Amino acid sequence: MEVFKKTNGLTDAPFHYCPGCTHGIIHRLVAEVLEELGVLDRSIAIASVGCSVFSYNYFNCDAIQAAHGRAPAVATGAKRSMPDNIVFTYQGDGDLAAIGTAETVHAAARNENITVIFVNNAIYGMTGGQMAPTSLPNQVTQTSPYGRDVTLVGYPIKVSEMLSQVEGATYIERVAVDNVKNIKNAKKAIKKAFQNQIDKKGFSLIEVLSTCPTNWGKSPKDSLLWLEENMKKNYPLGVFKDRTKGDE
Amino acid sequence: MSEKVLMKGNEALAEAAIMAGCKHYFGYPITPQTEVAAYMAKKMPKVGGVFLQAESEVSAINMVIGVAATGKRAMTSSSSPGISLKSEGISYLAGCELPALIVNVQRGGPGLGGIQPSQSDYYQATKGGGHGDYKLIVLAPNSVQEMVDLTFKGFDLAEKYRMPAMLLCDGTMGQMMEPVLLNQGEIKTYDKSWATTGTGNHEGRNVVNSLSLNPEELEVWNHRRYDRYKIAQENDVMYEEYLMDDAEICIVAFGIASRVSKNAINQARAKGIKVGMIRPITLWPFPEKVLKKASEKCKAFISVELNMGQMIDDVRLAIECSKPVYLCNRTGGMIMSPEEVLASIIKANGGNE
Repeated sequence: MEVFKKTNGLTDAPFHYCPGCTHGIIHRLVAEVLEELGVLDRSIAIASVGCSVFSYNYFNCDAIQAAHGRAPAVATGAKRSMPDNIVFTYQGDGDLAAIGTAETVHAAARNENITVIFVNNAIYGMTGGQMAPTSLPNQVTQTSPYGRDVTLVGYPIKVSEMLSQVEGATYIERVAVDNVKNIKNAKKAIKKAFQNQIDKKGFSLIEVLSTCPTNWGKSPKDSLLWLEENMKKNYPLGVFKDRTKGDE
Repeated sequence: MSEKVLMKGNEALAEAAIMAGCKHYFGYPITPQTEVAAYMAKKMPKVGGVFLQAESEVSAINMVIGVAATGKRAMTSSSSPGISLKSEGISYLAGCELPALIVNVQRGGPGLGGIQPSQSDYYQATKGGGHGDYKLIVLAPNSVQEMVDLTFKGFDLAEKYRMPAMLLCDGTMGQMMEPVLLNQGEIKTYDKSWATTGTGNHEGRNVVNSLSLNPEELEVWNHRRYDRYKIAQENDVMYEEYLMDDAEICIVAFGIASRVSKNAINQARAKGIKVGMIRPITLWPFPEKVLKKASEKCKAFISVELNMGQMIDDVRLAIECSKPVYLCNRTGGMIMSPEEVLASIIKANGGNE
């Protein structure tokens, strides 16, 4: 009889994430995938700046902590140095879609053979809930206290749609972790993104719609509902680019 | 290659980096150092190395971080405005205790400045540049041969002390051609058990990181780094003395300014003025002790610099302001003539020719 156990892809360090935050689920999915693919002992995680900064404490592999937004550049260096290792970044929306936009787009354009896990919760979590590049129109945050006014600060950046237009990128998919079915789909997508790297197919990015109950000012359950009702309208799930089609 | 070859400074340093075992170079075009990137683009694929033109100087230095974290030699080069952009990454290299070589072929500043030779990034290189408590090994070549020698030395000291090193050149050094001897013999290797190469390649997990939210721990880290800086200050100061045995006036100059100064010293000597020069080769660690010793017998010092007077502060500190320190400088990309330096020597000599 198989007994439920923690994946070896995570260390024993307790998560610092707030109760109800879905970072824990996404960490677990990534960790399970690394373990199932048998690449943990040759993986290098690139931690970013934001709530996920401490991911270097949680993924049970080697790790490099990168400056805000620079994870894809650090990953590029590590991968070019160690092409047989598995190099992945784990970044939030502020890190990837604001300060790190150039690094993201150009890593995709070069089709760097890395995997990017992009956690989109439409807010800056670590610094206490400021407007993110992915905050929704009219979304109230600490720095958009009257709601995101698109006439003043523009519209949210749709990373998966944008990267689908980058010729070099290999695989771009948006998933969510708001229910069991979606969590299973998310794992499948993450696994494909890592398998692409193992097969040397190039740049894969999985955008994961995630919650931030603390800074959204909602209960964990209401946060999942808000994700379902609001985020998915702006950020539809699906595969946005797949250059591996027909390879199988 | 045990014979001398005629090479441009920028190309000589690029070739030296490859010979020193650097197989990863990340660049971004900026005058007057673009020859380094062009040389690397041509050469790296032929030696199984990696040349990558990054989307920005910021990305280039972070690619260097990625390679350095895996324990391999990596380099980037730029010129003044580009080094400002790299300063974030340089601070991270220092904080993460990673070795790497950064080349700054300086141009006039501030802002976009100009493209002519300058030494106005002295403060930036020796006092930090980026945020936080840290130092760089800063090497200042004054010939194409030293561009080569100090490239080897830069990688070696960076690995020895697990800290970034900077080759601080100026446009003249980068553009001039001189005969050089490239071969430097065997490369010393250092322990890299800290490198992030995958847990299958070492015991336990390796994490390259500069973050600690525990101030007690961060203080310990900073002290640990400064303990190593102290060893570098004791063991790896480099300088050249020129006619200092009987010198009453001491010129302090590095890079191209030291070559102009040498010319002026010879002219002054012909007039019977006892002037010599201490040329710092390592701007950090700065040759404080030899300057302090010189202050016991010299009556005046002259700091000759291509900036508004930056190194002069370190000269004053080294001699504890015990003697007058004159400034002979040009800025904005201008280079002083030997006659201008000579005029400063005569002034420091009390106006006596």
